[in-house]
Amino acid sequence: MSTTQTLMSYDEAMAAFDPVLGLEVHVELNTVSKMFCGCSTTFGAEPNTQVCPVCLGLPGALPALNGDAVRAAIRIGLALNCSIADWCRFARKNYFYPDMPKNFQTSQYDEPIAFDGWTEVTVLDEEGDGDVYRIGIERAHMEEDTGKSLHVGGSTGRIHGADYSLLDYNRAGVPLIEIVTKPVEGTGARAPEVARAYVGHLREMLLALGVSDVRMEQGSLRCDVNLSLRPDPSAPLGTRSETKNVNSLRSVERAVRFEVSRQAALLSAGEKVVQETRHWHEDTGETTSGRSKEQAEDYRYFPEPDLVPIAPSREWVEELRSALPEPPAVRRGRLQEEWGFSDLEMRDTVGAGALTLVEQTVAAGSSPQAARKWWLSELARRANERGVELVDLPVSPEQVAQVQQLVDDRRVNDKLARQVLDGVLAGEGSPEQVVADRGLEVVSDDSALGAAVDRAIEANPEVAEKIRGGKQAAAGALIGAVMKEMRGQADAGRVRELILEKLS
Amino acid sequence: MATDLIRMTAADLAELLALGKATSVEITQAHLDRIAAVDDDVHAFLHVDADGALQAARESDARRAAGEAASALDGVPIAVKDVLATRGLPTTCGSRILQGWVPPYDATVVARLRAAGLPILGKTNMDEFAMGSSTEHSAFGPSRNPWDLERIPGGSGGGSSAAVAAYEAPLAIGTDTGGSIRQPAAVTGTIGVKPTYGGVSRYGLVALASSLDQAGPCTRSLLDAAMLHEVIGGHDPLDSTSIDQALPALVEATHEGSLRGVRVGVVRELGGEGYQAGVRARFDDSVALMVEAGAEVVEVSCPHFEYGLGAYYLILPSEASSNLAKFDAMRYGLRVLPDGIEAPSAEQVMTATREMGFGAEVKRRIILGTYALSSGYYDAYYGQAQKVRTLISRDFASAFEQVDVLVSPTAPTTAFKIGEKLDDPIAMYLNDIATIPANLAGVPGVSVPNGLADEDGLPSGLQILAPATADDRLYRVGAAVESLLDASWGGPLLAKAPALGGQA
Amino acid sequence: MAEHPQGQPPAITREEVAHLAHLARIDLTDGELDQLAPQLAGILEAVASVSKVAADDIPPMSHAVPLTNVFRPDELRPGLTAEEALACAPEAEEQRFKVPRILGEEA
Repeated sequence: MSTTQTLMSYDEAMAAFDPVLGLEVHVELNTVSKMFCGCSTTFGAEPNTQVCPVCLGLPGALPALNGDAVRAAIRIGLALNCSIADWCRFARKNYFYPDMPKNFQTSQYDEPIAFDGWTEVTVLDEEGDGDVYRIGIERAHMEEDTGKSLHVGGSTGRIHGADYSLLDYNRAGVPLIEIVTKPVEGTGARAPEVARAYVGHLREMLLALGVSDVRMEQGSLRCDVNLSLRPDPSAPLGTRSETKNVNSLRSVERAVRFEVSRQAALLSAGEKVVQETRHWHEDTGETTSGRSKEQAEDYRYFPEPDLVPIAPSREWVEELRSALPEPPAVRRGRLQEEWGFSDLEMRDTVGAGALTLVEQTVAAGSSPQAARKWWLSELARRANERGVELVDLPVSPEQVAQVQQLVDDRRVNDKLARQVLDGVLAGEGSPEQVVADRGLEVVSDDSALGAAVDRAIEANPEVAEKIRGGKQAAAGALIGAVMKEMRGQADAGRVRELILEKLS
Repeated sequence: MATDLIRMTAADLAELLALGKATSVEITQAHLDRIAAVDDDVHAFLHVDADGALQAARESDARRAAGEAASALDGVPIAVKDVLATRGLPTTCGSRILQGWVPPYDATVVARLRAAGLPILGKTNMDEFAMGSSTEHSAFGPSRNPWDLERIPGGSGGGSSAAVAAYEAPLAIGTDTGGSIRQPAAVTGTIGVKPTYGGVSRYGLVALASSLDQAGPCTRSLLDAAMLHEVIGGHDPLDSTSIDQALPALVEATHEGSLRGVRVGVVRELGGEGYQAGVRARFDDSVALMVEAGAEVVEVSCPHFEYGLGAYYLILPSEASSNLAKFDAMRYGLRVLPDGIEAPSAEQVMTATREMGFGAEVKRRIILGTYALSSGYYDAYYGQAQKVRTLISRDFASAFEQVDVLVSPTAPTTAFKIGEKLDDPIAMYLNDIATIPANLAGVPGVSVPNGLADEDGLPSGLQILAPATADDRLYRVGAAVESLLDASWGGPLLAKAPALGGQA
Repeated sequence: MAEHPQGQPPAITREEVAHLAHLARIDLTDGELDQLAPQLAGILEAVASVSKVAADDIPPMSHAVPLTNVFRPDELRPGLTAEEALACAPEAEEQRFKVPRILGEEA
């Protein structure tokens, strides 16, 4: 990584300083229509085709609040263990910028709809043990997104050096929820991982709530990372920088790491950290200075006069709370207990991204252990071969359960079962169909099996003698012979039983 | 015949249309002819849409012929203050910064007028962005009072009232933020109603002070005002501050006739010193008239009304400074490139445009409002002003426990000469001293012409105020007073106005 | 901006007006700056009584009508076409609003 900025090595930095994090995450809601008007929120439409007088900020237009956005905001607040305001308002944040048609953003200022919550994230250490960090949530509030600008001319497509800009207001007015943490202390050298884990955890939570598609690469989840350093945990908070444009989980981690190194170098050299907004550069892996925050813009907040207060009834809040999906950690704990998995088995299942798949396979009738076995070994191997995620394999949890049922019914053995799976993955149809088409069912007709056993006994008289003499372990050779004749389509257990019966 | 048509009230024209004794085309043409004859002198109109109005008139006649009148007022032409968005018609708000802007949408009020079949004659002149009491702050020159063309017609809606007073239109839509319908009505001898805040949709009404603005009727009779009010009023889902309650029966209220037993409160603080002698005299006469007709008149005190002007001139500029931020040369309206700068930035274009595009009064109020909202000053100014509103509302509430309606002179003076108060902003602001409290509290008010001042022979107005949502009470009492007054004059006061343009 | 001392009339300076003009994005001329400061000071003095009249326990009123919870259903409503949206644009390119180079950063 080439940079003109002076950096201190991360380990040295962490030996000398204690980091404090702050994370601001903006979530675009997946409502059908925008926050204050009935325009579509669909991503990727032709420019300026999802606009109206309201989201274009035309003179005379007025906002009308999307009830589903309020509902989503409350649910997000509840999932983050926040208090939900009895009464709150929108406020105008006044500043001029061409991507903001009214030159004020309708947001919430000192009356957020949700506040004072917490959430827990787990960070795995090198041994694979999980450390739990409790992160305080300052607030979650509602606001509207801005339009998008394309900077034209200049060399980088970025704003500096551009000749002019082109504005598309399709995104203007899309509902946003801003989630702000309280200062995150006590992470020490794990700060980058904690930051990443927090954002990842929020993603999972928001997906489970169904309020956003949280696609960072599309901008429906955006993260600003605040970081400051202090000599030690008892010292007052240092000056922080805010890094924007952090568009992936990996970037969150890298940005924290970089800022630690950068700020440590400054402070160690006796210089001050400037309170400013910085930009993360994915290509170079560094942050660069943006707008100085020392002269903070005076936003002249005042309550939005075109909207009336929101006073969610306690009944409504409780109704929403009772219908929340289970928090991920609680779900994992419950499933582990239900399934009787060890910690290791559970961790492997989660790590393979197979938790829901196993759950669904169990729901379709399989035993948990069988489900885990199929997904984590056979199917994981197949997925690896094809270079896809487990969830992308062309086999459903129900089908996996059906295959296991065939085994349980002793209609196929393990080896045959794997062939059935191959057939399903190849698109030959359902497990039953594959069995029928490929003729994979074991022979269960005792007379046919018995005849094969007789032939094996006849062909191996010495082995048969041993067995008659009580040495049952010798049956293996005869079983092998029968299986060979049956082309594997026999239940080895039944064959053994027949052999022992005949030779007893 | 055409002359007669323009002298008729809207109610009488509606009856003619219903009886098939005149067509909308005849009526509309008669008014267009009148405009052509006198508007060079009156300058009520900024834009006349002859083609559009006649087209709408033809459609109205076709509906009537098919027995499918869209409303009682179908075919009666109307003028609309240029602060309301009219699709396809220029809308300037009296400002250079919107010169040439043609809205792609109709304000809800305008949509309701069109749906009711009223041909729109054109857009009327106003103080720039409704900031003023004389229409002298229009970027396109003042309108003139039909009673004396050297005098102001009031403001900010001087154009609408002048059009009605000059018989250029039987009806007009005005807007009232601090008296901009009522005060022009008073000084032109016509009628103006400010509905209960929230009673008429603000969607499409270019915002000045969002918490104070209301659109309302400008007419020559209370019945006309009631008919028009019923067309434009009522809940609008596009305006979150609109009242979700059916309008009371306003037209019916105008027929109820009697003042017997009506409890009338004379507001001590709205009168006396600072009010022109002739205005006070006519007011006293009005009160005597009401007593004679059986009303019970008492004096009431609303002690906080004296702070109304101060609160108003803090709240309005604050909200306006934010509402007017959208005029930045990026998406519509004027764009000015600053002199002597080769490749100006967006910011430079914004500041140059706003400097050139806004008039002195608008700039003054934007700066004042920016100050009042800025950090460190919010609590002392805007915050306090909002508390004064509460006190004023409480004054109204306790007054209305004692009386049914409150009365006062509408304005402290008759029409002053053009140019007389231009150099002294505060002197200009004092024109609103009696009308402002109603806007701050949101209660409805009407100005009814109550005679000519002795010293100058110019009209004055009687203001009647009612509790919020009791607009019917305004019409009931107002119509009763109007009958008595008209009877005393032998006809409407306006009949005493000097002839305009050589035509009788 | 510093708080003004208790009880004294606000002396709004030319510099303060210039700062406000920057916040409001209006390129006031020197003449206007000279004129505005005393005018605004006069207005502020006239309205100063407002800051003393209401006790702390008086709640602020921002709406005349006490409505709450006015929501709209999450439904689509036809808007404008791109042509309508761009019809009055001072400049447009590629179906977008064309604006001069932006110096500041997004908030």
